[in-house]
Amino acid sequence: MNPRTAAVFDAARAQQRSALIGYLPAGFPTVDDSVEIFQTMLDSGVDLLEVGLPYSDPLMDGPAIQESVEIALERGVTTDDVLSVVDRLTPAEGQAVYVMSYWNPIERFGVQKFADGLAAAGGSGVITPDLTPEEADAWIEVTEAAGIDRTFLVAPSSTDARIDIVSGATTGFVYAASTMGVTGTRDTVSDAAPQLVGRVRERTGQPIGVGLGVSSADQAASIAGYADGVIVGSAFIRRVLDAESSAEATAEVGRFAAELREGVRRSTHLSEPDA
Amino acid sequence: MAALDQLEDAFDAACTDPDFARELADLEKDYTGRPSPLTRAARFEHECGGARIYFKREDLNHTGSHKINNVLGQALLAARMGKTRIIAETGAGQHGVASATAAALMGLECVVYMGKEDTQRQALNVARMQLLGATVVPVETGSQTLKDAINEAMRDWVTNVATTHYLLGTVTGPSPFPRIVRHFHSVIGRETREQILEIEGRLPDAAVACVGGGSNAMGLFSAFLDDPEVRLVGYEAGGEGVESGRHAARFAMGAPGVLHGARTYVMQDEWGQTIPSHSISAGLDYPGVGPEHAWLHDSGRATYEPVTDAEAMEAFSIVSRTEGILPAIETAHALAGAMRLGRELGPDAVIVINLSGRGDKDVETAARWFGIDTT
Repeated sequence: MNPRTAAVFDAARAQQRSALIGYLPAGFPTVDDSVEIFQTMLDSGVDLLEVGLPYSDPLMDGPAIQESVEIALERGVTTDDVLSVVDRLTPAEGQAVYVMSYWNPIERFGVQKFADGLAAAGGSGVITPDLTPEEADAWIEVTEAAGIDRTFLVAPSSTDARIDIVSGATTGFVYAASTMGVTGTRDTVSDAAPQLVGRVRERTGQPIGVGLGVSSADQAASIAGYADGVIVGSAFIRRVLDAESSAEATAEVGRFAAELREGVRRSTHLSEPDA
Repeated sequence: MAALDQLEDAFDAACTDPDFARELADLEKDYTGRPSPLTRAARFEHECGGARIYFKREDLNHTGSHKINNVLGQALLAARMGKTRIIAETGAGQHGVASATAAALMGLECVVYMGKEDTQRQALNVARMQLLGATVVPVETGSQTLKDAINEAMRDWVTNVATTHYLLGTVTGPSPFPRIVRHFHSVIGRETREQILEIEGRLPDAAVACVGGGSNAMGLFSAFLDDPEVRLVGYEAGGEGVESGRHAARFAMGAPGVLHGARTYVMQDEWGQTIPSHSISAGLDYPGVGPEHAWLHDSGRATYEPVTDAEAMEAFSIVSRTEGILPAIETAHALAGAMRLGRELGPDAVIVINLSGRGDKDVETAARWFGIDTT
């Protein structure tokens, strides 16, 4: 595991809480604004940042992420910009910066170049929602060499055999999609999530992050009861979309991050730290 | 992955089940109207250098295109998997109409995703789907065409996978879809092979088809893959010309990449972002292409060439006037390609063209192109 990723989950476990994981696309609403918003998220209690790489066909994303990504792409954000955003962020000790990207932009950029570029920019890992471990040989090789983590996804429909394949290819943390469906805020995060986390935990000692649908500190608290990481994306994006200025967007995101920070501390962590 | 595994298991089980084969064969015969004829195009031949030209008449199938072959097969699979709802993407609307038809026949709920731009240029097919009891959802994201409809259908599928089968309409998407769709369209090639052997006493020199995702072409090609003397040619949409940037020429101008779960040729920029395609024909307006076509291209077994909007519309007009057949504009790309190929191969050649669909849905577009006043 990348040392920064390890530090995130070690610190959270030491404090008997979940890590707070926050997502926004890079370049949304502009490259410079996104750097400021990301840094505010880190400064307001987000432990692990997911910097989204905007892609023209975000298959697993709901309306909020689609809209934000379209805005970023219309303004011409590129993969170079995404790496420069990572480079400009200054995570504190115990914090880490990841990139979340669909596969085609990484492949087009060059898998080796991307892994090395991210490592050089101070990134710790990459989440690839549409890459299956079966197709990931080259990716596994270059991320090992670059010392960055790779996260693959499990869903409530995943069989135990599938969970083994995914967790076997993952380093860092396993991403558990809480519900069948696309990203986006929901009033309730389904019962499928704790069951899925329980099944994954039986099969791997890796930290487990739960995402898709978290929109409030209360929801974050309830997920923190069983997961190692609580992932929040669309609810941050809504705050940026609804803001009338970039200053307001930054302030709103910071305020929301602080609320979520309290949420993930409210619940007692159920799982025992690894020996 | 679980849903794809379930689909693969159901498909493999169905393929070895004689009851499934019988049920499908009965539907093809009594409902679709198969076998579709192989029609000699004696007057059109003069435009093709005198080569002997045959049309495989998929336009005469129920619903007016080849799409019904795959839809009936997959709808039977959906029922076998206990799914009560099917969803589909559609470009020109042919696959959407076929899906709505099969859903009505088998008592399934049907939702069709269609790019908003396509709902406007194919308004007749939108009405047909609605009359058949389907819900048509206009997709307003991205380029508002076929690729965005596929995005939206996939989002629906992952959300409702317990009750829903994604009835993908072409030979792309994640495995096992390309294989399943090829299988259900392979009847086109099988019949063609038998028919041409009976009429000509030999295999054709070339078998050609238009290629959007590539389902009709794959159905035709599949029967001739092991016959190296049969040239296989796919015609993709050259739009306003490949140099214009407004086209759907994946082989001519695209690069290997991953789109919609398939590794194939994709129209993409230097950053791997999908470039919106363009074609006068909604059914060829897709920035990716079936991965098995990519393989046939790389192995050299099949070749792929762009045909522009203007060339396709010229062929549309010629075939309408020489054969009394209004082809779909998608199909007109293959007809234009055959005119080129026939002149190259000469009068002794035999060429089979997959006449994949009829052109009723395109009357308005064609009337506008040729300046016919329909008001």
